[in-house]
Amino acid sequence: MPSLELIDIRKAFGATSVLDGVSLTMEAKEFIAFLGPSGSGKSTLLRIIAGLESADSGEVRLEGERIDTLPPGRRGVAMVFQHYALYPHMTVRENMAFGLRNAKVPADEIARRVKQAAEVLEIEEQLDKKPAQMSGGQRQRVAIGRAIVKQPKLFLLDEPLSNLDAALRMRTRVELAQLRQRVDAAVIMVTHDQAEAMTLADRMVVMNERRIQQVGAPMDVYRRPANAFVARFVGSPAMTLIPATLTEAQGDRATVQLGDGTEVATGVARAGLPQGPLELGLRPEHVRVAAEGTAASVDLVERLGERTLVYARLADGRAITAEDEGDSRARIGDKVHLRIDGAAAHLFGPDGAGFHAEEPRP
Amino acid sequence: MKGTRDRLAGFAFVGPFLVLYAFLLIYPLFMGIGISFHRADLFGARRFVGLENYARAFADPIAWQALANTVKLTLLIVLPLTAITLALALALNRATKTAAVFRGIFFSSSVLSVTIVTLIWRFILTPDAGLVAKIVTAAGGTPPPFLSDPNLTIPALAITTIWWSVGFPMMLFLAGLQQIPADMYEAAALDNAGPWTRLFKITLPSLRRTLILVVMLQTAAQLQLFGQAQLLTAGGPSGASRPVVLLIFEVAFGRWELGYAAALAELLFLLVLSVTLIQYWAVGRAAKEAR
Repeated sequence: MPSLELIDIRKAFGATSVLDGVSLTMEAKEFIAFLGPSGSGKSTLLRIIAGLESADSGEVRLEGERIDTLPPGRRGVAMVFQHYALYPHMTVRENMAFGLRNAKVPADEIARRVKQAAEVLEIEEQLDKKPAQMSGGQRQRVAIGRAIVKQPKLFLLDEPLSNLDAALRMRTRVELAQLRQRVDAAVIMVTHDQAEAMTLADRMVVMNERRIQQVGAPMDVYRRPANAFVARFVGSPAMTLIPATLTEAQGDRATVQLGDGTEVATGVARAGLPQGPLELGLRPEHVRVAAEGTAASVDLVERLGERTLVYARLADGRAITAEDEGDSRARIGDKVHLRIDGAAAHLFGPDGAGFHAEEPRP
Repeated sequence: MKGTRDRLAGFAFVGPFLVLYAFLLIYPLFMGIGISFHRADLFGARRFVGLENYARAFADPIAWQALANTVKLTLLIVLPLTAITLALALALNRATKTAAVFRGIFFSSSVLSVTIVTLIWRFILTPDAGLVAKIVTAAGGTPPPFLSDPNLTIPALAITTIWWSVGFPMMLFLAGLQQIPADMYEAAALDNAGPWTRLFKITLPSLRRTLILVVMLQTAAQLQLFGQAQLLTAGGPSGASRPVVLLIFEVAFGRWELGYAAALAELLFLLVLSVTLIQYWAVGRAAKEAR
């Protein structure tokens, strides 16, 4: 049975539309990340699922049951809030027990579930503390514990890592992944951080401009972005997009020419391409600094240790991001040559739709 | 030197206030303590009598009656006033135009002077032609003599005071409600909390500080109630509604016994101070336990 089904959800605040016909089906126990920039509608969608907002039209179903007509507490979902929203006057134990008490769960059952969750999250020592006495990371665990004890059919995580510092964020990311293996439920996480989405989610739902742009496994989305927005948003540093025109070259694969005259032979089938201006999409790892190739001048060098990112400019002024060895000798202002791996390149049509090499490269 | 200049500049800023404060409050406070040890009248005749005025106060049945009236009034005002203003704040804590209008209406009584407030309530409570009397008479009953029955004068004073005082505590509660993060109510909604659970487990615990502040301020204020009592009932009948400050006023400016009045005033000052300190201490202890 599918876990969550969203059927043509629409929502506007006044005259401003924020969700425009969103539909989605989640598999049982799937971990899905809603990924998108601010204002893409991802948080509103999460709040509609939770029942904190109501959709103007559409249906929300959870394990076959329609839930958008139910109050938030009866939907079988639990939410971890971005700012945790712990009750400051209650102890950790009371915070975790509050929902169960309201649901009239027997006291011994509540005690058992709280104890179990506290063990899993390693906060047994903190149970009698107040939230104000705890660190941000510990509060985060309490917020997760408060969700776990409810044994929901669906967990909703609203930017769960955004309030943690960098080191703690990495650790919590790993912990969330482990936790996910233990809970017997589906998970939706809202995030604007594509690395979080890629590392944690089974599938990503990339949102922008009130709509779902693409749904897919992280590496599928990375390798075959549905459109130029997804191509730019997923992957760090972002994919380079350069205007290109289709050449007359023979063969069933498209060859394009860039503004500086460089020709790139892609792996994209020529047959399906639309008429009109194209854009060539290149991941930084598919553009290497080399002894010969397209000429470019270096704008900025970012040394990451095991590799170096070289932000350069082609002869016609177009920006392009390339990769080099960790001990790259490229410096700002240098003239370099770039070897473009056309077989891995992407093409985007006039409406932004993505076209990819037929065999996704490993 | 810069340090000296800064210090001088600092004194220049607080100086005018300090001078006025010392002259208008500190000096009279100590002068009042001084007078309370004298037999004194308004023309300046003074004779030192030691603790005689204080001894007299403790033996004076009229003073005890005034104290009892004050305590009754304070209880009858502070508890309902706190409950009413909290309820008003809860009802009006929303961003609608109607709520804004009602907030204005309920606050408006606070800007009136005590004279006008009392006048309004005389019109309402007067037994022959008042609003209450007319309604009761129309319904075929006998209007209650609010301003002359010794059992009804204190409630009448309490009602008048509550009506006059709702504005400020209501605003304090509204400010307190604004401080509660919205996502706490969202978490409570997901935690299946009904409206009563939300009120008792989220809202009221979050308002604890405001609640304490309102009770402390109102207790200190109502222990010093004066104008309404003088204007509505003049303390009558036979002292049944005379609070301590009205007694002090009558002793000082009716009977010209300034020394005795000063002694009564010092005793009231000690009462207000100790009640406030006890509340402050109790709150501090409760806060420590809560932590």
